[in-house]
Amino acid sequence: MTTTIYIPRDSAAISVGADDTAKAIAAEAQRLGAAVTIVRNSSRGALFLEPLVEVATSQGRIAYGPVQEDDVVGLFAAGFLSGAGHALNLGLVDEIPYLKNQARLTFARAGITDPVSLNDYLAHDGYRGLRTALIMEPGAIVQCVTDSGLRGRGGAAFPAGIKWKTVLGAPGVRGTAPGADEDQKYIVCNADEGDSGTFADRMIIEGDPFVLIEGMTIAAVAVGATRGYIYLRCEYPYAETAMNEAIAAAYANNWLGRDIQGSGKRFDLEVRMGAGAYICGEETSLLESLEGKRGQVRPKPPLPAIKGLFGCPTVINNVVTLASVPIILDKGAEYYKNFGVGRSRGTLPVQLAGNIKRGGLVEKAFGVTLRELLYDFGGGSASGRPIRTVQVGGPLGAYIPESQFDLPLDYEAYAKLNNMVGHGGIVVFDDSVDMAAQARFSMEFCATESCGKCTPCRIGSTRGMEVIDRLVAGDQPVKQEALLRDLCDTMVAGSLCALGGMAPFPVLSALNHFPEDFKKVRVAA
Amino acid sequence: MASTKAERRIIPIKVEPRSTLTASEDATVHAVLAELKNLPGSLLPVLHGVQNRLGYVPKDAVPIIAKTLNLSRAEVHGVITFYHWYRSEKPGTHVIHLCRAEACQAMGAVALEAHVKAMLATDFHGTSPDGQFTLEPAYCLGNCALSPALLIDNQLHGRVTAQRFDRLIAKTGVAS
Repeated sequence: MTTTIYIPRDSAAISVGADDTAKAIAAEAQRLGAAVTIVRNSSRGALFLEPLVEVATSQGRIAYGPVQEDDVVGLFAAGFLSGAGHALNLGLVDEIPYLKNQARLTFARAGITDPVSLNDYLAHDGYRGLRTALIMEPGAIVQCVTDSGLRGRGGAAFPAGIKWKTVLGAPGVRGTAPGADEDQKYIVCNADEGDSGTFADRMIIEGDPFVLIEGMTIAAVAVGATRGYIYLRCEYPYAETAMNEAIAAAYANNWLGRDIQGSGKRFDLEVRMGAGAYICGEETSLLESLEGKRGQVRPKPPLPAIKGLFGCPTVINNVVTLASVPIILDKGAEYYKNFGVGRSRGTLPVQLAGNIKRGGLVEKAFGVTLRELLYDFGGGSASGRPIRTVQVGGPLGAYIPESQFDLPLDYEAYAKLNNMVGHGGIVVFDDSVDMAAQARFSMEFCATESCGKCTPCRIGSTRGMEVIDRLVAGDQPVKQEALLRDLCDTMVAGSLCALGGMAPFPVLSALNHFPEDFKKVRVAA
Repeated sequence: MASTKAERRIIPIKVEPRSTLTASEDATVHAVLAELKNLPGSLLPVLHGVQNRLGYVPKDAVPIIAKTLNLSRAEVHGVITFYHWYRSEKPGTHVIHLCRAEACQAMGAVALEAHVKAMLATDFHGTSPDGQFTLEPAYCLGNCALSPALLIDNQLHGRVTAQRFDRLIAKTGVAS
C-alpha cells in the first residue's frame, strides 16, 4: 500500500527546511523500499510548526512537526508511516487547537490541497462560486457581494460591492492600451503585500491560487470586464511560480480564456511583477506602475472605478478580498455575513508575526480580541519576555499598548482609537523594544518609500527623522516634541495618500503610549 | 539684434559614446524587447526581463529600450531609478536581500544586519570585496512569523541567526 505524505511547498515552510525534509523523506523511503507518494501541499498556516509533515492514515492525517531533515530517519524507525508515536507527533492535524479554533472561510483549503492541482481544487468545493455566478445577472452578483458586507481587506476597508457597482454602472471605453476592446474594463488584483507582518496574500497565491483566479473571474463576470492583472510584488518569487502554474492550468481547462466553460464569457488574466516599491500597494500608484510608469500616486477623483487602468473602469481589490468572493457566491451572502461584529462582517485572516511563540495565520470572525490572538493562539512572546506592544496593520499602523489588548477586532473600534486593522498583520514586540527607535524607523521608512509627489510626505518624513533624533538626544525636548506633533499633523492632513497620511500614526502612538523611551538621555544624565 | 562675430560661439554636437554592451548583452536586450514590447504597459516587464537575464539593467540598454518602446531616455531612466529592485550596476555572483522591516526587527534583525555587513564587508547596495555577494535591503519578504528573513538568489530563509547566516554563506560560496 502506498502511503501519502504531505509536505508544504509554502515559502515560509521552505525557509525553514521543507525542501530538505522532503528530499530526506524521499531518500529514506527509497532506502527502506517503502511505497510513498509525496504531495507538496499548501501550508496550514501554523507556521511555528513548519516544516509540518502530514501522513495520511485510516484515522485521518497525522501531523508531525517541526520536522527537520535530521529527524527523518528516526521518524521512519518509529513507524510514522502508520502514524505511530514520536516526540514530534502532534496527533490528528484537524485536532491541533491552533487550527481547530479558527474559522477558515477564505483559507478553507489551506494545507489540504496541492495548490496547483486543478483537480484538487475542484474536489474541494472549487469553482462552485463561479458556477453560481455564471447563471446570475451581473447586478445580482454585485448585490450578493454588497449584502455579504465584504470590505476591502487590503486595509482601506471600503465595501467591495459598492466599488463593483460603480464599475458595473460605468461604460467601458477603449482606453490607451494596445489591443483593448472598445468597451474595455479591467479587474486588477493588488498583490503588492508590502506591510511588514503580513503574509496572507502570499499564502493565498502560493497555497490556493485558483481561489484568486475564481474570485477575479467572478468580478469580471459581475462588472463586464474581460481582462485582469495580478500585480504581484517581486519579493515573492515562489508566489510568482505558483500563480503562473495555476493560470496555465486554468487556461488549459477552459477556466480562463475566450469562452469560460461554454458560458460565452471571456476573461484573460496575467501576472505582472512589481519592482520593490512599497507605494505601489496604493491603488492609483499601482495602476501607474501597471501602465509602465513610475509608481506615483494619482489624485482622486477620478476614482479608478470610473477611470482606472489605461483610462478604463477598473475594479481594484486586494488578494484576500477577491479570494473571499467565491465562498460568498457559493454559500450565500447571509452565510458570510453571519460571521463578524458591527459593520465588520465575515472573517479576517490575521497574521501573527514578529516576536511571537506561535506565529502564523489565524482566520477568525471579526470581534476576536488582541489578547486572545496573542496569548490563546500566539502563546505569548517567542523570547519569553513580556509583550510590550504590538503594531497592527503594517508600518503605517499604530503601536498598541497592553492597556488596549481587549479591543475587539473591528474596523470602527480600531479607528476610534486611531488604530488600524489594515491587512490584519500583527507584529509583536517584547519589552526590549526601543519605541523611539521604532518611531524613527517609521519616518525613515516613509522617506525611503515616498513616491515624492506631495511635499508633506517627501520632505516631512526626512524632517521627522531629524526631529526625533534631536528629541531623543535631549536637545530642547519640549520644543522638539511640539514640532514633531505639528509635523505629524501636517503630514496627516496634507498628504496625497495613506503613506504620508498615516506614517505619523505609529510615531504618535509611540510618543503617546511610551513617552519614557524618548527621554532616555535625560534620565541617564 | 544680430550678434557680432566675436560673440559667436560654436557649440559642438555631442557625439554619443559607443555602447559598451557586449554583443551577447546587446542581443539579450533586443531579444527581451522583441518578446515583450507589445504588452500593454511593457516597460516594467522589459526591465525585469533584462535584469533577470543579465543581473542588472546596463546604462547602455536604456537608449535601446527607449527607442524601441517609443519613450524618452529620461522616462526609462526615471522608472529604473524609482523602483528599488532595478540595478544599474553589475551585481556580485549572488544577491542577498535582507529584510529590515518591523517583524524582523522584533526578532533581532538590527543585530543581524550589523553582522551581515561586517561579514560581507559592504553596506547596503554594495558588493563584497571578493565580488561574491551583493547586499540589498528589503522591506518585508512575507516571512514574518519566522523572522528574521532573507533571500539569497531568490531563495527564502527564515529564523536566520548570525551562525545560520555564516553557514548559508559558506554553502552558497562553495556552490558558486
